[in-house]
Amino acid sequence: MTIATVALVSIGAHPASGRARRAEQDARAVELGLQLAGDNLHVLHAGNPHEPALRAYLGMGLEELHVLEQAHGADALPVLRDYIREAGVQVVLAGSQAETGEGSGMLPYLLAEQLGWPLVVGVAQVESIHNGVALVLQGLPRGQRRRLKVRLPFMATVDNAAPKARQSAYGPATRGVVDAEVVEVIVDELSTVGVFQPARPRPKRLKVIRAKSAADRMKAATAKATGGSGQILKGLSSEEGAQAILKLLIEEGVVR
Amino acid sequence: MLNIILPVLLFAALGLAVIGAVRRMHMWRRGRPARVDLLAGLLAMPRRYMVDLHHVVARDKYMANTHVATAGGFVLAALLAILVHGLGLHNRILGYALLVATALMFVGALFVFKRRLNPPARLSKGPWMRLPKSLLAFSLSFFILTLPVAGLLPQDFGGWLLATLLGVGVLWGVAELFFGMTWGGPMKHAFAGALHLAWHRRAERFGGGRSTGLMPLDLDDRSAPLGVEKPKDFTWNQLLGFDACVQCGKCEAACPAYAAGQPLNPKKLIQDMVVGLAGGTDAHFAGSPYPGKPVGEHGGNPHQPIVDGLVDADTLWSCTTCRACVEECPMMIEHVDAIVDMRRFLTLEKGATPNNGAQVLDNLIATDNPGGFAPGGRMNWAADLNLDLMRDKPSADVLFWVGDGAFDMRNQRTLRAFVKVLKAAGVDFAVLGLEERDSGDVARRLGDEATFQALARRNIRTLGQYRFKRIVTCDPHSFHVLKNEYGAFGGEYMVQHHSTYMAELIDQGALALNADTGGSVTYHDPCYLGRYNGEYEAPRAVLRALGIEVKEMQRSGFRSRCCGGGGGAPITDIPGKQRIPDMRMDDIRETGAERVAVGCPQCTAMLEGVVEPRPLIKDIAELVAEALIEPIVPAKAPSRAAPEVMV
Repeated sequence: MTIATVALVSIGAHPASGRARRAEQDARAVELGLQLAGDNLHVLHAGNPHEPALRAYLGMGLEELHVLEQAHGADALPVLRDYIREAGVQVVLAGSQAETGEGSGMLPYLLAEQLGWPLVVGVAQVESIHNGVALVLQGLPRGQRRRLKVRLPFMATVDNAAPKARQSAYGPATRGVVDAEVVEVIVDELSTVGVFQPARPRPKRLKVIRAKSAADRMKAATAKATGGSGQILKGLSSEEGAQAILKLLIEEGVVR
Repeated sequence: MLNIILPVLLFAALGLAVIGAVRRMHMWRRGRPARVDLLAGLLAMPRRYMVDLHHVVARDKYMANTHVATAGGFVLAALLAILVHGLGLHNRILGYALLVATALMFVGALFVFKRRLNPPARLSKGPWMRLPKSLLAFSLSFFILTLPVAGLLPQDFGGWLLATLLGVGVLWGVAELFFGMTWGGPMKHAFAGALHLAWHRRAERFGGGRSTGLMPLDLDDRSAPLGVEKPKDFTWNQLLGFDACVQCGKCEAACPAYAAGQPLNPKKLIQDMVVGLAGGTDAHFAGSPYPGKPVGEHGGNPHQPIVDGLVDADTLWSCTTCRACVEECPMMIEHVDAIVDMRRFLTLEKGATPNNGAQVLDNLIATDNPGGFAPGGRMNWAADLNLDLMRDKPSADVLFWVGDGAFDMRNQRTLRAFVKVLKAAGVDFAVLGLEERDSGDVARRLGDEATFQALARRNIRTLGQYRFKRIVTCDPHSFHVLKNEYGAFGGEYMVQHHSTYMAELIDQGALALNADTGGSVTYHDPCYLGRYNGEYEAPRAVLRALGIEVKEMQRSGFRSRCCGGGGGAPITDIPGKQRIPDMRMDDIRETGAERVAVGCPQCTAMLEGVVEPRPLIKDIAELVAEALIEPIVPAKAPSRAAPEVMV
């Protein structure tokens, strides 16, 4: 079995009510997948196949949604990795971060690492796929776009720069088939050992603007963040570049 | 010579008419089945025609009298002509009767002719311009032909020339009036109209009744289509109803979307449905087009999707469901039902609700309110009012249905004003609090029947837990849905709009009121209170009790113009040349009133959206609350016995 394009979806939660829904970014991944592969898009979820909110993805016009059936709290990573590896997938699309559970945003990175694939984050558009190379547009802050060439197979995450998900319609949502597949349950160590606690918003440094006129305030509010202490290195060999990066990481205490 | 030709002509035309009728009926039967009592309907038809339909037509006296003369004369003349000239019963009394009938018809036809000399824009031209001449030809030919029968002229009067002329006149007349009736000519309205009245989908509308609630879609029946995609997805009697249209354009003249230059014309829509049921293009349509959309570019047939063939989606989404077209239609055609049926398909199957539609529907599913506000904030507006919750009370006289206006800061002022009035009157009332959900009005009118039914069922379950005598609400949309649309799901309640309830309280002397001193006032009738539920009087009675003499707008009462806020129109937001609330504000300004009294959160929002300077917008509850004499009259015991139920 060969599946070209896969969109990974999760169960979301509405920010105001907490009620289960299709996750905003995952729905955008499905939208991107539908624009890319049409009816050949393979939508995959690891978890409970009986969750009604899954039908909201079917309502986007999918005939089928594949579920790797897992209990709550099981580790989705190994089953997704095995499934994708065995199916000969070329492109995997996913939202950047889940709205429920850990919501760490780590899954795409870990999955890409284990598959040994490149990962492109914040994809806004897949422009073309030719001869095993995809041309994608990556969304950057302030509406900027960066065009990247990526070798297939690759994984991509989407955020709010990607096209808005189409409306979920009741008819297709009720008719669509949820195809559940029983897989080995792998307990997620962290979820059994760790303790969940609500996230605390990180304190934010107040930006004091001393502006005299409205124009100044506008300028201050919309000004690009300036690095200040950064330096631009040009014309270096990859070794020297890597050295520079490593030096910075050590300075910042990321690598010890 | 004519003695031979006449019967042949008459019976040939009748025969062709019967064939045409069978063919036309076959077209209607392509529609889905509908539960209609065929025989009872036929028996009730004459009364529906002469009483109910005439009531609508009689709003225009000129046309009513003209139509009585022409149609009455024609029916009589046709029957007698068949007896006298078809079967050869040359009886003198029959002859005189036929003379009277044709003369009556001739006079009527003259007035039709006069009307057509300089027809108003709403009337269709084309074949309709020919009709008065055909009527004149028919009546005049048979009149002259009958003169010898009545013995007023010798048998062989006039010779060959006249005989030929009369023969041609009869041929023209019967071609238009017999044959044309069932083969799609202007006279089709008589044939289809009569059957439409007999088998109308809302039989409750006849005999002075009212039926305005949308009909539920059976979501459990997987074989039934979700709404209407193709003309054949309408029920057969809906198709029949479209065919009954006389193209008088009363709907067009009343439609707020048409006046605003949005791409909707109810008359054209109905004619497009006729094209759909018979097959073809709209090139022959001889009336005003949808604003901004030229005629002749659309076509379809019963088996082709309507949207993007016959009609563009923005036409369907322009409708505010204000029901002005239905109210005006002398044929009692149900435009709004058809539009919502087609919207249902777009939303439920295609997921194609335009603009903010999808987001509003998602919000309703996830938060039970269209704005997507956290459900826990539903009672924030009343944080300091100490309202009783139904959950903490065994029963209450009045359940105050707050509605989604609870999240809107402008409407919160109305709600607080109404609470003040209720407290002043010592009413035993309670609210559902956080247990209340959106009534489902906007979801249903956006075509999302599934979300509507989910909300309705959950609301009905909640209401079923509590005992109360009546529901009172400040929102005519909730009022309409609770009163008329929850019944199909097992929720039968006595529901009142706050204006009706306040009028009752004032009648009972439960409110001590000062005279209003804020200046002159006009009143804007909300569609869902007025046209949908027939409540025109109570709000005016309340205003009278405040000593206000309402400066009525030209379009008020059942002819009130929509504010543009109904049917999800502000959500789908189809562009036009001007905004509907601006037009309504012009109506208001015309009266010279300093304030406009409203009774609906949608109307308030739409009218307040009009740029200043403009008259102030005040909810009736606010006007009453301002006029209350404080402190509260202590003579009234707090737990008054509920007044007897009045509907």
